[in-house]
Amino acid sequence: MAETISLEVLRYSPERDAEPSFQRYDVPLRKDWVVLDALNYIKDKVDGSLTFRWSCRMGICGSCGMMVNGEPKLTCATFLSNYAREQRPLRVQPLRYFPVIRDLVVEITDFMTKLQSVKPWLIRGKEKPISEGEYLQTPEQLDRYKQFSMCINCMLCYAACPVYGLDPVFIGPAAIALAQRYNMDSRDEGAHERMDVLAQHEGIWGCTFVGECTQVCPKHVDPAGAIQQYKLTATIERFKSFLMPRGAK
Amino acid sequence: MTETRQPARYTEYHPRWYRSHVSTWWWLARWPYLKFILREISSVFVAWFVVVLLLQIRALSRGSEAYAAFERWLQNPLIVLLNLITLFFVAFHAVTWFNVAPRAMAVRFRGKRVPDLWIVGANYAAWAAVSLVLAWFLVRS
Repeated sequence: MAETISLEVLRYSPERDAEPSFQRYDVPLRKDWVVLDALNYIKDKVDGSLTFRWSCRMGICGSCGMMVNGEPKLTCATFLSNYAREQRPLRVQPLRYFPVIRDLVVEITDFMTKLQSVKPWLIRGKEKPISEGEYLQTPEQLDRYKQFSMCINCMLCYAACPVYGLDPVFIGPAAIALAQRYNMDSRDEGAHERMDVLAQHEGIWGCTFVGECTQVCPKHVDPAGAIQQYKLTATIERFKSFLMPRGAK
Repeated sequence: MTETRQPARYTEYHPRWYRSHVSTWWWLARWPYLKFILREISSVFVAWFVVVLLLQIRALSRGSEAYAAFERWLQNPLIVLLNLITLFFVAFHAVTWFNVAPRAMAVRFRGKRVPDLWIVGANYAAWAAVSLVLAWFLVRS
């Protein structure tokens, strides 16, 4: 018989259960299998009622984020073999701090609303006519924001952020990093519009710099860096508007 | 079979969603969280060192007798213990903040971002330089 690994998966049925409980499954331990493969094996062969989100299997869609042994992970990029030597079963839970709809599926409207509130798109004061051509950008200008543009909205950073857990009004790491992605884009002119949302207590000042968002980010976006850098920008802007009430904006 | 009479509507506080609450002891669950809390607490000890310094300056301004009394107070075993703990926390404060400095400081030089190691290194170098100057003052006197 092939080697197996035990998984404890958190199950929650809104119709049946008052609260979630763990269910144990044994799945084949294959060298090339990730946690998502194990969940798909369970769904296909063992228990078709297990519910979870996934799509691309290659770390780009950002839908398969879950807690694996208490750590936020993209399950498509987390190999079972890394946990094979552990004595206890591998625990798979829905992303922390989000309401659970069913099993491993969480409710993400809160994040989507916050993401939209920071206007993560190019804002122009006045669009130039198409006849004048595209907005050009040098590699150097691209380099200033490229890291922040790698975000895939997987929300692992929210599940790593105790501030978001304790104070759910906090806009959160990914939304602020994406706001910074557009603020630092040479083609964008919307920094002042975003500042109203970012430079308030629920925005950057809610962050106490735990730094775990950056640690868990599968795309090396560094949201903690984005937030701290924006704190500096917001402070400078505030002083500017204080010293030059008319000239700053 | 039941028929759907109304279209599904989004409910903001859905009664069936399961919401877990954050434990008061969340910061004990993981070492990075505990480290964060210790770093936050370290500010209390930094403030204590400032108080000690202010008391020292006050004693100094009141003459040699007051300063001798201040020195005796410093030799109290409880104060020595407190100051040892404070020293540990102040060092912890400095080291943890130096290590995260590159996150907050995105310095660019000739179009490229200065490597993290340089920023951390510059902080430690400044720390060492100031300590050396202070040590020189102390040894000289």
